Amino acid sequence: MYVAVKGGEKAIDNAHALMADGRRGDENVAELSLEQISGQLSLAVERVMTEGSVYDRDLAALALKQAQGDAVEAIFLLRAYRTTLPRFGSSLPVETGAMAIRRRISAAFKDLPGGQILGPTYDYTHRLLDFALAAQGGDRPPVAENAEPVEDSMPRVTDVLGHQGLIETSGEGAEMPGDLTRQPLNYPAGRDLRLQNLARADEGFVLALAYSSQRGYGNTHPFAGEIRMGEVAVELVPEELGFAIEIGEITLTECQMVNQFKGSKTVPPQFTRGYGISFGQCERKAMAMALVDRTLRAEDLGELVTNPAQDQEFVLSHSDNVEASGFVQHLKLPHYVDFQSELEMIRRLRRENAEAAQ
Amino acid sequence: MNTGYNFAYLDEQTKRMLRRAILKAVAIPGYQVPFGSREMPLPYGWGTGGIQVTAAVIGADDTLKVIDQGADDTTNAVSIRRFFARTTGVATTEKTVDATIIQTRHRIPETPLSDGQIMVYQVPIPEPLRWLEPRETETRKMHALADYGAMHVKLYEDIARYGHIATTYDYPVLVNDRYLMRPSPIPKFDNPKMDHSPALQLFGAGREKRIYAVPPYTSVKSLDFEDHPFEVQRWDQACALCGSTESFLDEVVTDDQGGRMYVCSDSDYCGERQKDQMQ
Amino acid sequence: MNAFAPETGLLPGFSDPVAQSQKTFRAVLEATSRPGTIVSAPALPLAPAPLNPVAAALVLALVDYETPLWLDPACRQPAVVEYLRFHCGCPLVDDPAQAAFALVVDAQTMPPLSAFHLGSDEYPDRSTTLIIQVPNLDGGDNWRLKGPGIRDQAILSAGHLPAAFKSWVQDNHLLFPRGVDLLFAAPAQLAGLPRSTLLEG
Repeated sequence: MYVAVKGGEKAIDNAHALMADGRRGDENVAELSLEQISGQLSLAVERVMTEGSVYDRDLAALALKQAQGDAVEAIFLLRAYRTTLPRFGSSLPVETGAMAIRRRISAAFKDLPGGQILGPTYDYTHRLLDFALAAQGGDRPPVAENAEPVEDSMPRVTDVLGHQGLIETSGEGAEMPGDLTRQPLNYPAGRDLRLQNLARADEGFVLALAYSSQRGYGNTHPFAGEIRMGEVAVELVPEELGFAIEIGEITLTECQMVNQFKGSKTVPPQFTRGYGISFGQCERKAMAMALVDRTLRAEDLGELVTNPAQDQEFVLSHSDNVEASGFVQHLKLPHYVDFQSELEMIRRLRRENAEAAQ
Repeated sequence: MNTGYNFAYLDEQTKRMLRRAILKAVAIPGYQVPFGSREMPLPYGWGTGGIQVTAAVIGADDTLKVIDQGADDTTNAVSIRRFFARTTGVATTEKTVDATIIQTRHRIPETPLSDGQIMVYQVPIPEPLRWLEPRETETRKMHALADYGAMHVKLYEDIARYGHIATTYDYPVLVNDRYLMRPSPIPKFDNPKMDHSPALQLFGAGREKRIYAVPPYTSVKSLDFEDHPFEVQRWDQACALCGSTESFLDEVVTDDQGGRMYVCSDSDYCGERQKDQMQ
Repeated sequence: MNAFAPETGLLPGFSDPVAQSQKTFRAVLEATSRPGTIVSAPALPLAPAPLNPVAAALVLALVDYETPLWLDPACRQPAVVEYLRFHCGCPLVDDPAQAAFALVVDAQTMPPLSAFHLGSDEYPDRSTTLIIQVPNLDGGDNWRLKGPGIRDQAILSAGHLPAAFKSWVQDNHLLFPRGVDLLFAAPAQLAGLPRSTLLEG
């Protein structure tokens, strides 16, 4: 009997129940709380916030819990929720120059005003599985107090270079930057929208593109001018007040890449910028973003566009993992009508070939 | 009905944006209007464009039918129908004749559509020129100049190679003698149903952020050549369940010895015919 | 309908914004997809003079902070401006070529259609949609319409339009796919005339 597609409703209900079962796992093991996820899987939470475009640790933790730790699925959940949020306004640009610094390093200068602050990083850990951690944590080494307090003045490296005219100015941004979550992206896209796209982009995709640009598929010669991480204030000017009020504080990682530029007919040789930023401590993402921001400026700077990482339509159209994941996985949906059409065509072509051969 | 969200899930500002895009799409038949597609709670590629269009159009008095591959009970059709039942509480139906809005993936119902009905197509790739030219900046220029020579060349290459056009679904059409349009991945069998249809036809591509439309009674021509006129699929068999020789048939494999049967892809059409035969 | 802020004279918008916006949109969709069809307006909000209720309903349903609106001089009354600012939050523009929507209450003194945003060949959707208030939809010259959305032929005879209006509409059609789109708002009815419609004769 023909029953191939019947019973869809029941099957869907069952699928949900099976997933819920799998998510909970062994009932003898304590259930994860959002506080645990937010506190102990904080880098996962921060990636979900960054690519989900919502700064809310609790929601991101919930999304991760619901998605059984699948980052892309969690990002999707957060994005879908974001759709339903009303807009109250836009914040003022955050002042990362006034960041309460927890980490700040420059690979371009040995020392600089404010100093190098290593802060929290895995950079110099030896990647040895820590079996003490498996046995409920064990001892934590005490965090040493800073010998000297972090200096108040922590100018950005690009500002230091800027004083000497050795680096391009960052340029006045658009009066009101575009928002690709409200208006569709049109090509060519300005830098504001490219940066927004990259900030939301899949970390793996941006990382691979950045990597390709370092291996000759792109014309960048980057230095990590500065990476800084810490807390910045978010300010908003409510219509009815007419002056800025602080509405909260967020953790950001900012990366300024400094790139060689040989100059052109109109511009003297100077360094150029690539910019990356993320919520929380997504440093790998911020660095990769800064490299790709720079490669995507090729056309603006009169460089030849010959590599994937320089091609804005290629990069910006394929960077979003919610879009990519959906479209790749939609191949699971039934396509039997189209397949039937192709089947008929293949049979016909084979018949015609056979007839022609006789 | 779930009251945690606004009627039809989207907020009113988003609906207005969608509605404005739909109106421009209707005013410029076949032209793809860019719109601020939102992330929906269903994945991109699974009908988010159709869902946003339906959400913008649907009201409490509507009766909604959702089909995938022509059938009302395929899993994705069930999922989308449930989404609207939950977020709008509107009546749903499986009967083509009772529906005011029909959201579809890959088929047009066999039962003729009527005045006042709205078809909403889910579109994966809206750009008909995309396989010929991957760049949006280029295809936009080609549409602006109505420069569709490349598509004719592509189809003609098929003829030179195979003796006929080898495109079997998502077969390109010219709308109102101006815009080249993808009809979405319906089999070319369904293309003639679009021409001068009494129904309003709306197309939503969520991931690609485009909406387009064909107003009622509008010319929709499948591209062809004088010596190679457009033709649709025909089957030697009749539907094994209702005996129809007019409908699009799915091939169902019944064993691993080459056994197969053919049945209507349109489950409502087939079911109604079987009912009539019982009486 | 609740008496809203009576001391300022600000009139309320839709009493049920979600449902009435949707119904009004569907009426506009019907009018646009079947040019010449006279469609009854499903919601008639109180409108500040000189707006009629249908023009007010169309603006409430379609216009917001993302759509610059142009008002014809007759429409630029404080009560109207306050109503639009409050309910729609839309920016008002002086240049008709900048407008996503235009509201015309006295067509006799309006600029020609070519003064509005006509869209570009690459983005014809960016053109202005004009909401033109008329006393009736059957008191003017009979126009014979052909084109998408029309089975054989349709007739529209909107009243109180300037003598040159017909030629403006014909010129607008010649620009296709560029061109403006028109919505006529009579006191309780509406009709649409998108750029795709050909006016015969």
